[in-house]
This record gives sequence, C-alpha cells and structure tokens, in this order.
Amino acid sequence: MILQAIAFYSFSAVAIAAGVMVIAARNPVHSVLFLILAFFNVAALFVLLGAEFLAMILVVVYVGAIAVLFLFVVMMLNINFVELRQGFLQYLPIGALIGLVLLAELVLVAGTWVLGPEMSGVVPTPEVGDRTNTEALGDILYTQYIYPFQTAGIILLVAMVGAIVLTLRVRSDVRKQRPGSQIGRKREEAVTIRKVKPGSGA
Amino acid sequence: MLTISLAHYLTVAAILFTLGVLGIFLNRKNVIIILMSIELMLLAVNINLVSFSVYLHDMVGQVFTMFVLTVAAAEAAVGLAIIVVYFRNRGSIAVEDVNLMKG
Repeated sequence: MILQAIAFYSFSAVAIAAGVMVIAARNPVHSVLFLILAFFNVAALFVLLGAEFLAMILVVVYVGAIAVLFLFVVMMLNINFVELRQGFLQYLPIGALIGLVLLAELVLVAGTWVLGPEMSGVVPTPEVGDRTNTEALGDILYTQYIYPFQTAGIILLVAMVGAIVLTLRVRSDVRKQRPGSQIGRKREEAVTIRKVKPGSGA
Repeated sequence: MLTISLAHYLTVAAILFTLGVLGIFLNRKNVIIILMSIELMLLAVNINLVSFSVYLHDMVGQVFTMFVLTVAAAEAAVGLAIIVVYFRNRGSIAVEDVNLMKG
C-alpha cells in the first residue's frame, strides 16, 4: 500500500512538473521533450491503475508518433521563437486568474462528486479477475463497440489523407524521372531501319 | 493520505487540465505550444476516463479513452500539416497573422 502511494505521488509530481515546463519552457524543442516526459509518467499512472494496454498505447502512439511529429515540425520550421515569446508576462495575470477559477471549479466538482444510486447497478462489463486488461478490452471493443471502432479507423484514414494532401507539393521547376513514359516507350518510336547505299550517308 | 483513491487521480487530472488551459492563455502567439497544450488537456481527460473506469469496474471508459486517443492523433496530424502549409505560404506562424482566409 505504501509502495503504491510512493509510486503515485512521484509519478504524478513528475507529470505535473513536466506539464508546467511544457507551457513555460523558452525553447519549443524543450517543450516537446517535457511533453514526452509527461506522457511517460501518465502511462506509469495508467499501469498503476491497472490499465496496462492503454499505458502501452499511450507510449507507442503519443511518444512514438505524435511527439516525434511535433519535434519534426518544430525543427523543420525556421522560426524566431523569441519574437513569439513576447507578451508572455502580459497575459500572465488574466491567464492565472482563469486557471485558478477553472481549478477551483474542478476541485469543487471532484470534491462533491457522488455516484447516482441507479448507476451503481448498471455496470455492463464487469472485469473478471483472471483475465488480462488487454483481453477484457478486446472482448468489448470487437463486439459491442465494433462500429465506433471502425469509425475511428476511418477518422484516422481521413486524417492521413488530409495531411498528405495538405503538405504535398508538386514542383514544376524540378526535372524528374518519369518511369511510366520510359516503360511505355515502343520500339517503333525509337528505332528506324534504313537501307543505306554504299558510299552515301543516311 | 496513503490509500490512493479516485479523488487523487481526479486531482492530478484537474491540475493537468488547468495547465493546458493556462498554456493556451500564456502562449497566445505560438501555435505549436497551443497544440501541445491541447494534447495536455486531452491527456487529463484520458486520466479521468481511465480512473473512473477502473474504480467503477466498467471497461467502457477505457474503450472511450482509445477513441479520444484516435481523435487526438488525427487532430495533431492535420493541425501540424496546416501549420507546415501556412509557414510555407506566409513565412510565419504567429497567431495574430492568421487573419486571412486566402493562401
């Protein structure tokens, strides 16, 4: 029990500190790296909760794909980030005020939250003790939630196509190899055979 | 204090969500930091969903966490693509320059 408490407090403290550094770091590359740290610690919290599959998905999808995507974009764009930092202190009072109000609201909600009496009976998929988290998740994801799952796949496909269409650039000033016309070339278009008399040119 | 309850996880999620909102207000000129703040807020939402799911013994919360992850991934991909295209056209990603609906 005490080990669980130590793990929870250390992981959540590092996650929150990394979250602070994401919005406070001067260099956006550092922001991305702190975001990765926050994701790792939240994944550890998920493991602590018993949701191992989602923890691994978080590491693979967020750290492996999205954070690297952010890193690429930050490094690819040649931006003067000092200019973009101007007005940070100017917005600090109003931002801190709104943040405090929001946090107070959330604390009030979390502090006074009770489960409705009719909710406690309606638990559609109870966790079975001898099954792993991945198995239990797959059991309802592929049966009860198959249509939302397929829709999620379509959303990802549309996002992929959209990102490619947005960033694809066909440059007309660059000479490229055209394999189609190379392969489609016929013998008749390229070679002619002529009878040449001896002593005269073609 | 030593027994970790649902309220502990909800508190962590609330703090992370507030940090995300604060990040949008503080970095009003940098679109990339704003996108990262949105990711932070979605992460807080995921913590909420997973902790409720575990404490209520209901797997549906984890299913919805997967859908939130999907939408977050799609949003990040399309958002960053828009930023790249915008930077290619205008040479800047400052938010206050984004006021024209033409390329």
